[in-house]
Amino acid sequence: MLEKAIVLGCSAVGAGLAMIAGIGPGIGEGYAVGKTIESIARQPEAKGDCTRTMFIGVAMAESTGIYAFVVALILMFANPFIGKLS
Amino acid sequence: MDGIGQGPKVAFTLPIFGGIEITETIVIGWLIIAAVLLVCLFLTRGLAKVPTKKRQIVAEMFVGFVNNMVETTMGKRWRHYAPYIATLLVYAVLGALVSLLGLRSMTADFNVPLTWALMTFILITFYKIKSGGPGGYLKGFASPIPLMLPLNLLSEVATPVSMAFRMFGNVSGGAVITSLIYSALAGLSKLAHLAFDVGGVGFNVFQLFIPAVLSVYFDLFSGCIQAYIFATLTMVYVSGAAEEE
Repeated sequence: MLEKAIVLGCSAVGAGLAMIAGIGPGIGEGYAVGKTIESIARQPEAKGDCTRTMFIGVAMAESTGIYAFVVALILMFANPFIGKLS
Repeated sequence: MDGIGQGPKVAFTLPIFGGIEITETIVIGWLIIAAVLLVCLFLTRGLAKVPTKKRQIVAEMFVGFVNNMVETTMGKRWRHYAPYIATLLVYAVLGALVSLLGLRSMTADFNVPLTWALMTFILITFYKIKSGGPGGYLKGFASPIPLMLPLNLLSEVATPVSMAFRMFGNVSGGAVITSLIYSALAGLSKLAHLAFDVGGVGFNVFQLFIPAVLSVYFDLFSGCIQAYIFATLTMVYVSGAAEEE
């Protein structure tokens, strides 16, 4: 019972720690959007191209955050370590 | 927190091959297909060369939007890709937005975005082989130097995986956050003595309007943007694979 509690608690802490990865995409996406707005302000006629490219870049930057989120989800709902106790 | 992260429920079991389990996702998917079919039949009834009915203008607007998107992203000669992209868009948007009706979002089941990502991956591989030949395709993995082989293989596999996880992560992340907010608001209502029990159904005052505001972001905005990004990435990858030398 104690072992299970330790594993569950550590998994919860690990899930929280994994989500620290959200900082990176946040900064990156903010930077990308800011630069896009700058370039749209400079050349309003290129708005369509800028926005489309920005969406692709933002989606790329988001990947790392999504990976961290998936790790957190696995730790929370499909814990792989619980089965190793036996 | 019930039901979140547990995967879709099994709706019923087909009694062939020892019982095939039909999950909620499949049922909702077929409901969406039926709904889209009905809407298409309704919108395209009585088409005229010069549109006189409102529904034809709506249909033309949507088709024109997708055609324009495909042409600007992939170029004019990829115009025949518009139906595939439109299918992805409609299915992804509706699949995420069914959560507004109280159903489970289709894309919150990892199998669905993984299937779409594998479809895109097959298209990418097909166009790479078509443009460079089988030899050129295999040689592409060892460029610019053979030392890069493992990295190239990894990035090849990472494309569909990251596409699938992006779609899944956004939608199910919204679902997890929404359910966390609901349980937090229930706790707050209990603290403020604003939780009532009406005929056996729990009723928490704080749960009334706050989740609706957040749902606009997590369901509406996120669902539409992710569908758009998935379609855009598909177009970029496919046209990029064909133009590689």
